[in-house]
Amino acid sequence: MSLAFQASQALPRGTDYLRILPELVLSIFGMIIMVLDPVVDQRRNQKALGTLALIGSLAAIASTLWQARAPGLAFWNMVQVDTFSVFFHFLITTITAVVILTSYEYMEVQQIRVGEYYALILFGAVGMCLMSSAVELVLIFIALEISSISTYILAGFRRRAAISSEASIKYFLLGSFATAFFLYGVALMFGATGSTSIPTIEQHLRSGSIPVLAYVAIALMFVGLGFKVAAAPFHVWTPDVYEGAPAPIVGFMSTAPKAAVFAVLLRIMFQIHAPGRLGLIWVAAALSMTLGNIGALVQQNVKRLLAYSSIAHAGYLLVAFAALPQNGIPSAMFYTASYAAMNIGAFAVVSHFGGAGERYVTLEDYSGLGRRSPVLAAALTLFLLSLIGIPITAGFFAKFYVFSAALQANLVGLVIIGVINSAVAAYYYLRVIVVVYMHDPRDESVLPAVPLELGAALAITALTTIYLGLLPGRVLDYASRSAGDLLH
Amino acid sequence: MTPDLHLWLIPVLPLIGAAINGFVGRRLTRQAIVTVAIAFCGASFAMALYVALRFSGLAIPHLETLAPWIRAGSFQADFAFYVDQLSLVMLLVVTGVGLLIHIYSIGYMWEEGGFYRFFCYLNLFMFFMLTLVLASNYLLMFIGWEGVGLASYLLIGFWFTKDSAASAGKKAFIVNRIGDFGFLIALFLMIKHFGTLNFDRVFQFAASMSVENATAGLLTAIGLLLMVGAAGKSAQIPLYVWLPDAMEGPTPVSALIHAATMVTAGVYMIARSHVIFERAPTALMVVAIIGTLTALFAATIGIAQTDIKKVLAYSTISQLGYMFLACGVAAFSAGIFHLMTHAFFKGLLFLAAGSVIHAVGGEQDMRKMGGLWRKIPWTWATMLIATCAIAGIPGLSGFFSKDEILWRAYQASWAYWLVGVVTAFLTSFYMFRLMYMTFAGEYRGVTSDHSIVQEQAPARSRPSAAQAHHGIHESPRVMLIPLAILAFLSIVGGWIGVPGSLGGSNRFDRFLGPVFRATAPAVKPQHAAPGETAPPEQTTEGLESHTGRGTELAFTGISVFAALLGLYLARLLYLRRPALPERIAAALNGLYAAVANKYYVDELYATLFVHPVVEGSKHILWHGMDQGVIDATLDNSADATRHVSDSLRHMQSGNLRSYAGWVAAGAAVVIAYMVWTGTR
Repeated sequence: MSLAFQASQALPRGTDYLRILPELVLSIFGMIIMVLDPVVDQRRNQKALGTLALIGSLAAIASTLWQARAPGLAFWNMVQVDTFSVFFHFLITTITAVVILTSYEYMEVQQIRVGEYYALILFGAVGMCLMSSAVELVLIFIALEISSISTYILAGFRRRAAISSEASIKYFLLGSFATAFFLYGVALMFGATGSTSIPTIEQHLRSGSIPVLAYVAIALMFVGLGFKVAAAPFHVWTPDVYEGAPAPIVGFMSTAPKAAVFAVLLRIMFQIHAPGRLGLIWVAAALSMTLGNIGALVQQNVKRLLAYSSIAHAGYLLVAFAALPQNGIPSAMFYTASYAAMNIGAFAVVSHFGGAGERYVTLEDYSGLGRRSPVLAAALTLFLLSLIGIPITAGFFAKFYVFSAALQANLVGLVIIGVINSAVAAYYYLRVIVVVYMHDPRDESVLPAVPLELGAALAITALTTIYLGLLPGRVLDYASRSAGDLLH
Repeated sequence: MTPDLHLWLIPVLPLIGAAINGFVGRRLTRQAIVTVAIAFCGASFAMALYVALRFSGLAIPHLETLAPWIRAGSFQADFAFYVDQLSLVMLLVVTGVGLLIHIYSIGYMWEEGGFYRFFCYLNLFMFFMLTLVLASNYLLMFIGWEGVGLASYLLIGFWFTKDSAASAGKKAFIVNRIGDFGFLIALFLMIKHFGTLNFDRVFQFAASMSVENATAGLLTAIGLLLMVGAAGKSAQIPLYVWLPDAMEGPTPVSALIHAATMVTAGVYMIARSHVIFERAPTALMVVAIIGTLTALFAATIGIAQTDIKKVLAYSTISQLGYMFLACGVAAFSAGIFHLMTHAFFKGLLFLAAGSVIHAVGGEQDMRKMGGLWRKIPWTWATMLIATCAIAGIPGLSGFFSKDEILWRAYQASWAYWLVGVVTAFLTSFYMFRLMYMTFAGEYRGVTSDHSIVQEQAPARSRPSAAQAHHGIHESPRVMLIPLAILAFLSIVGGWIGVPGSLGGSNRFDRFLGPVFRATAPAVKPQHAAPGETAPPEQTTEGLESHTGRGTELAFTGISVFAALLGLYLARLLYLRRPALPERIAAALNGLYAAVANKYYVDELYATLFVHPVVEGSKHILWHGMDQGVIDATLDNSADATRHVSDSLRHMQSGNLRSYAGWVAAGAAVVIAYMVWTGTR
C-alpha cells in the first residue's frame, strides 16, 4: 500500500469515481434497499425490493457500458478500467440481474422474508466487480472479502432448513481459512518484491532472478483462490454448501464470484507471469476435472450433481490457464461467460422445480418432467447438453477453445485427460435427461406455471447459450482484445 | 459502399416457416400450414427477385457478412453470403421452381397424413439449399450440402412406415456420406494448404498457382476429391445408385430435390470451384469422362424401365451427366444453362408424372396405363412439352442447352460429342416411349373396380380412397397451374441462350461470363484432343469463327436428327407395332435382362461392399470389437469408476474438520511443490 501513495495527489480525482461507477451504483442501490426494508409494507415489499435491485443491476450494466468508453487507471493506480475489466463487469452485473429474476418466485414459494437478500446480492456483486478491475493485491483481497461475506450469508438464507445454516457456517469457516492463505500469499509477495501492485510485481519478477519466496506466495494465493473457484484439492466444501444453499444463490455463487476470481487468477497467472504456473495448474486442472466428474457419477441429488459438475468445469477452465497467454486468456474468458449462461439456467430450473422447502431435488423427482412441463424440460435439456459440450450450444465452443488453446501449448496429456473427462461427464448429464424424458412421472400433479420473471431469466440464459454456440465469434473477438490489453 | 440487401433473409425465411410448421403445425389446420409454407417460400422468392432487380447496381461479387462464426488462429469462416451471376441464377431457379413445387404439393399431398411434417421438411430443404447456394465459403456451403442431404433423407423416407421408403432414405444418406467424405478431405486440404475456405481467398490462391498440366499436384487432388463429393450428391457413376431408389418419396419431392435442385448441387459446386478445375486438367478430364459415361449408361437403363418415375430418375442421372460433361470441357456456363432448363422441364416431367399417378390411383407401372391423354388432357399437353424439351426438339429450352453442351464437347473431343449424340437419341427414345405407353393406345389398367387397383398397386404414393373411387380424373387446378407455368418456362427458358449460329447472341453465356472468364488461366487446360482447343477468354461467338458457323449448324442438324430418330423409333415400337418390343426383348434376352436389371450394379455393390461390411461389422466389429473389447472395457471401467466414485464419497464426510484437513493437506502439497520448483 505504501507504494501506492507515492502517486502525486492526495485526494482522488473526479474521473476516479467514474472508474468505479458500477460499484458505486450497486452500493447505492444496496443501501437504499437496506434503508427501505424496514419501512415498506411487509407483504408487498417482497417484489418491490426485488424490482429495485433489478433496476440497480440494470443501472450497473448501463454504467459499465458507459464506463467502457473511458478506460484508464484510478485511485493511485489501484483500479484499472480496460476491456478486460469491462468484460467481467458486464458478465457479473448481467449474472446479478438474471439471478434476481430467478429469485422472485423462489423467495415467495419458500416464504422467506426477503429482508436484506437483494441488498446482499448487490453488495456481493460490488466485491466481484471490484475484483476484476483491481490491479493491487490488497484491494483485491478487500474485494474478495466483500464478495465472500455476502455469499456466506446468502448461503444460509433458507432459515428454516438446518442444512442451509450448516452450509453457511461451513462455507464461512472454510472460506475464512482459505482467505487467510490468500492474505498470507499477498504478504509474502510483498516481501519478495516490495510491492503489492501487479504491474510493479511483474516488472520486479521480470528484471531479476525470482526469489523462492515469490513461488511460495503464488502457491498460497493459488490455495486461496482455488478454494473460491472450487478447484481440487480445495473443492471439498462445494457439494455440502451447494446442497444447502438456496437454489438461485447456488446459481449465483457458482458463476459470478467464480468469474471474478478467475479474472484475478488471470491477472496473477498471466499478467504477473507467475513462476511455476504450469505444473501447479496442470495438476489442479487434471484433479478437478477427474474428481468432479467421478464424484458426480453416483449423485442422486441434482444440486449435489451440479456441484460436482461445477468442480469439473473449474477444472476445464483451469486448462486454459496452462495454455499460452494469447490463447489461454480469451478461451478462459469465453468459458466463464458460457458457463455462467448454462449454469444459471440449470439452477433456475432447479429452483422453480424444487417447490416449497426445495422438496423435489432428487433425480427421481425429475422423472417424467418432459411430460409434466415440456418447456421446462426442454430448457433443462439445453443447459445440460451445453454442460456436456454438444455443438450448437455454448459449452461446445467453450471446451473447444480451451482444449485447442492447450493443444497449441503442446499440453497433449492434459487435453486427453480433459476429453476423457468430457466423455465421463456425458454419462451423468445424460442420466438426468433420460430420467426427464424416458421415465414415467412419479407425481402427476400439475406443476405451477412458470412466472414471467423466471421465464425471462430462462429465455435470456437459453438464448445466450445458443447464441454463444452458434456465433461465438463476436464474444471471442472481444475477449482476444481484452487479452491484448492485459498483456500489452 | 455497396447496399445491404439482407441476403440472410433469403435462406432464413423458409427456416422460419419450417420452424412454425415443425413446432406447432400439428395443431394448425391444413389451410394454415399451407399458408405458412407458401408465404415464407414465396417471400424468399420475392427477395430473390429483389436481388435480381438490384443486381446491376452491385459490385460483383457482392459479399454480406451476417456474423462472425469460427475464428481459430488465422482460420476464419463467417456466416457470410456471396452473390454473383452464378449464385443469382441458382437463387432464382431454386426459389422459383421451389415455390411452384410447394404450390403443386398442396394438391398432391392434401389427403395425406403428416401434412405439416411434409411442408416443414420442404421448407427446411429450401433453407439448406439456399444456404448452399449463397454461402461465401466452403464450410457454410458444406452445412447447406449436408442439410439438403438431411432434408432429402427425411423426405425420401416420408412414408417411413413403409420398409422400402425407409431403406431408400438410408441408402441415399449412406451413399451420400461416401461422397461427402471426399468433399471433406478436399476441404481439409484447402485448410492445410491455403489456410482458408473463403471462396475469394481460395480462388486467389488457386489462381496464383500454375496449371498442373503434365503433373498432378494439389489442385488435381482437391479437384478429384470435390468430384467425389459432387458424384455423390449429383448421382454420378459410381455413386448414382441412390437416386432411383429415392423415388420412394412423394412425387413433388422427386421433382424438387431429386430433379430440379438438390441433385444439381454437385454441378453448382464444380462450377463454383472452376478456378481450381481450370488449373487441374486431369481432374477436369475425369469430370468430363464420368459425366459422359453416366449420361450414356443411365440412358440405356432408362429405356427398359417400366416404372414411370424410375424412367425419369434414370433420365435425371443421364441429364446430370450432360452437365458434368459440360463442366468437364470447361464450358461451365453451358452446364449451368442446362441445369436451369433441366430444372424447368424435369421438374415439369416429375410433376406431370405425379399428376398421372394421382389420376390412376397410385399406379406407377406404365404397362398398366395407356390412353390417358383424353382423360387428363392438361397433364398430357404439359408433359408433351416437357418431353419435347428434354428430347431436344428445336425451339424448346432443352434443345438450346443440350446443343450448346454438345458443341462445346465436340471442341474438346469428338468422342464426347459422339456419346452425347447417342445419348440424345436414347433420351428421345425413352421419353417418347414413356409418352406413348402412358397416354396413347388403350387403357391397360383395371378400369371398373378401384378397390382392386388399390390392392394391386404397390400404393407408392398412397392415394386416398376417395380419389381411387372417382376413377381416372384430371388433377385439381392448384396442381395444374404449376404445370402450366413450368411448361411455359420449358418452352421459352432456352431463348436467353440462343447461340450465334442460330441468329441469337447467347446472352446467358455472356451474363455468366464474368464469373468464369475473369480467372481463367492463360493457357487452356490440355484436353484429350489438344488440337481443337481454343483460348477460354473467347466467348462462343469467338469459337465460331474458329470452326465455322456452318459446322456448328451441321452438328445441330445431327442432334436434331438423333432426337427425331428416337421419336420415330418410339412411335414405331410402342404405337404402331406394340408386339415388337417384346420380340426384341426376347431376341436380346441376356442384354435386355441386364439393362432391365440396371446392369446388376446394385447386386454388384451388395456383394462387393454392403455384404462384406455388414458381415464384417456383425462378426468382427459387433461381436468381436464392440461386445468383446469396447463394451467389456467400458463396463469394467464404468464399474471401476463408480466404485472409485463411491469410495470418494467417504472423502465427503460432511465433517468440517476433515474438510479443513483436506484443504490444509492440499495447501501443504502445493507449497512443497512450489518450493521445490523455486529452489531447483
